Amino acid sequence: MPTYRAPIKDQQFILNEVLNISNYSHLHGYAEATPDLVSAILEEASKLVENELQPLNLSGDHEGCTRHDDGTVTTPKGFKEAYNKFVEGGWSGLTADPEYGGQGMPHLLGLCLEELLVSSNMAFAMYPGLSLGAMAAISIDGSEEQKQTYLPRMVEGAWTGTMNLTEPHCGTDLGMLRTKAEPNDDGSYSITGTKIFISAGDHDLSENIIHLVLARLPDAPKGVKGISLFIVPKINLNDDGSLGDKNNVSCGSIEEKMGIHGNATCVMNYDGAKGFLIGEAHKGLKSMFIMMNAARLGVGIQGLGLSEVSYQNAVDYANDRIQGRALSGPKAPEKAADPIIVHADVRRMLLNCRSFNESARALAMWAGLLIDISRDESVSDEERQWSDDIVGLLTPIIKGVYTDRGLENTVNAQQVFGGHGYVSEWGMEQFVRDARITQIYEGTNGIQALDLVGRKLGGNGGRATQAMLKMLGDFLAEHKDNEKLADFTGPLADGVKDLQNAVMWLMQNGMANPDNAGAGATSFMHLMGHVLLGYMWTRIAAVATDALANGTDDPAFYENKLIVGRYYMNRRMPEIKALLAELQAGADDVMALDAASF
Amino acid sequence: MKVMVPVKRVVDYNVKVRVKSDNTGVELANVKMSMNPFDEIAVEEAIRLKEAGKVEEIVVVSIGPKAATETIRTGLAMGADRGILVEHDDEIHPLAVAKILKGIVGEENPDIVLLGKQAIDDDCNQTGQMLAQLLGWAQGTFASKVEAEDGSLNVTREVDGGLETVKLNLPAIVTTDLRLNEPRYASLPNIMKAKRKPIDEKTAADYGVDATPRLKTLKVEEPAAREAGIKVESVDELVGKLKEKGLI
Repeated sequence: MPTYRAPIKDQQFILNEVLNISNYSHLHGYAEATPDLVSAILEEASKLVENELQPLNLSGDHEGCTRHDDGTVTTPKGFKEAYNKFVEGGWSGLTADPEYGGQGMPHLLGLCLEELLVSSNMAFAMYPGLSLGAMAAISIDGSEEQKQTYLPRMVEGAWTGTMNLTEPHCGTDLGMLRTKAEPNDDGSYSITGTKIFISAGDHDLSENIIHLVLARLPDAPKGVKGISLFIVPKINLNDDGSLGDKNNVSCGSIEEKMGIHGNATCVMNYDGAKGFLIGEAHKGLKSMFIMMNAARLGVGIQGLGLSEVSYQNAVDYANDRIQGRALSGPKAPEKAADPIIVHADVRRMLLNCRSFNESARALAMWAGLLIDISRDESVSDEERQWSDDIVGLLTPIIKGVYTDRGLENTVNAQQVFGGHGYVSEWGMEQFVRDARITQIYEGTNGIQALDLVGRKLGGNGGRATQAMLKMLGDFLAEHKDNEKLADFTGPLADGVKDLQNAVMWLMQNGMANPDNAGAGATSFMHLMGHVLLGYMWTRIAAVATDALANGTDDPAFYENKLIVGRYYMNRRMPEIKALLAELQAGADDVMALDAASF
Repeated sequence: MKVMVPVKRVVDYNVKVRVKSDNTGVELANVKMSMNPFDEIAVEEAIRLKEAGKVEEIVVVSIGPKAATETIRTGLAMGADRGILVEHDDEIHPLAVAKILKGIVGEENPDIVLLGKQAIDDDCNQTGQMLAQLLGWAQGTFASKVEAEDGSLNVTREVDGGLETVKLNLPAIVTTDLRLNEPRYASLPNIMKAKRKPIDEKTAADYGVDATPRLKTLKVEEPAAREAGIKVESVDELVGKLKEKGLI
């Protein structure tokens, strides 16, 4: 059975040394998030995920969720008890507003917790994870009354939340959605329609489930401009806020699917269910995107979390498994064979994972910091806008690149196990199956690439892109005379140049023929992903070289950062060249084959 | 009632300990440290007594380096009320610890001192007993069950033959065994609250104790690696081998 050790030392290194969060004490929650408190929080969180959630990951996958004849849904054995511990620990309120019972800690810290939850048990993590999205939408767009009604119980974890977008005939193109909302006399609405692929749509973990549902009002304009967002509780609330009758919403079936078996993916039937409009009529998509952007980052973290846990297990196996001898002569002559970690190709697979994990963690946490900055009133408008612009670019990259790499890395880690990776008792194939959905949901990775190239890159006259390129240029200029960092700044400078060329090519060719943008979008997304991960490695290397120069009681930690970082710069960054060539090959060869000839 | 819980900062039980290359001790640099698990059980038991309305205040005490503050905070996050750190960077032995604790008891006047029966680093299993002797208090060691009554405690002890229950008149010392309880996870709100709970800082000298070690560690070595065994073909061969070695 797989094991997991929460990488909280690395998280604290990023918080305290790479991002220097003590410099941001003016932001909400940061003054309180001192290193000792953060350490206490992460320590306790790691106990919970290592001892309670991780042991249920494999069994939850094997057992799956059950829909009973009476329509109720139960989660795998142990999930309910584990969820109770999660709630008793107050973990659902880590970043929530203290006004509603939360602890008001930085969202950045929420990302750290999210990674631990996902690595230990992704299917479990999705139950509280979807609540976070629902809470975000209610806190931003809900009326004061709605906030008071729903948030305290959701922050507490007694109620969970869901997002209901997809219908059988529409997923990516929400303009086609049909679910109806008819006004009732009391100001509420009757919601009728079918939603599919609803994660955590029904379950036995919480006493109520607050569904956020996209539907059309009778007078709604056609297309995406006629969609409104509704709150539909599973159990209706009495006037005093206590739980009343069951609402007319039910789980019609749960999907049989490739992975995340411990999470109930439901077909939800709304048969005149009582709902309440949240935000303005016909502007539901905007509210939904609040949830969506948070959720996309969360899905990126899933890619990272699975990459990390599968890497850890592959390392343990590579050290234990003895087979054959090293090409350069025996390394463990006292044993019948050498541990397979002596082999360069095994190391290649492990380092592909690790060199991604450590910089991806840093990049996601930097994005978390920028999100906190972009929402904080104490920050100047200019800095908020800058942060928001960068986050806009990072969101599709974190979602798209992290989940593509996430799958690739779970496969790398599985491969280290040879045949044992393919059988279920070792748990490695579960990581692969669980990772696969992350490339698909919350907008497929193709959609992420289009969002990046079509919307984010040129948005506001390319303001965000220019800000990003300027930041990278300034960073390189700042470190150009630092010889100790040359191994990093050299490849990064090449990468930034290629990124500029890619942007330029898209500007010139994507406008004239949009298929050029479509055909190159995925290449561009991965190209930019490599540049940003290389940028994070360079920032990490700058910290590490300083720490080593100034003396440290843990030189191995910093030396290892430099070793793994160089691996990324020398062996992973060259992919940029191929991606640029692929992009610049344009759409002609992609579009030439007649559809009927496929 | 008031309970005092001494806690020790030790190498985390999950860490695979290594001997320092100069054989002077165990490698502690960059090793994960946490509260001695037996002490964690003691903190948990104190909190249960408080939750049962038998105890009003829990004071967590640690003697060790500045970093032992984290260990005290762990106890505060679980539910203890305040802490005392006796800062001491060098090696310290049970007798000196017991003497310092006696000094703290003199200031704090607890009704019960509840502590782990031993620490998982040196496995001494002495501090509680020494403290009882220095204070002239009753002691219930290796507790697997603690029941508070008016002015006394019933402590069930794990002894070789089974379980023994002793009645202690208060004030008393109780040392905890592993089966006493299962310590809780600290909740997030309590972790946040713990940050604001007071921790007094003291030194051994404040209690007039000379903490200089009375024992000198000569050498610390890894246990010898186990050698591979051999397979015997028959019972006769096994008996022969055992005779050869003079074992039967």
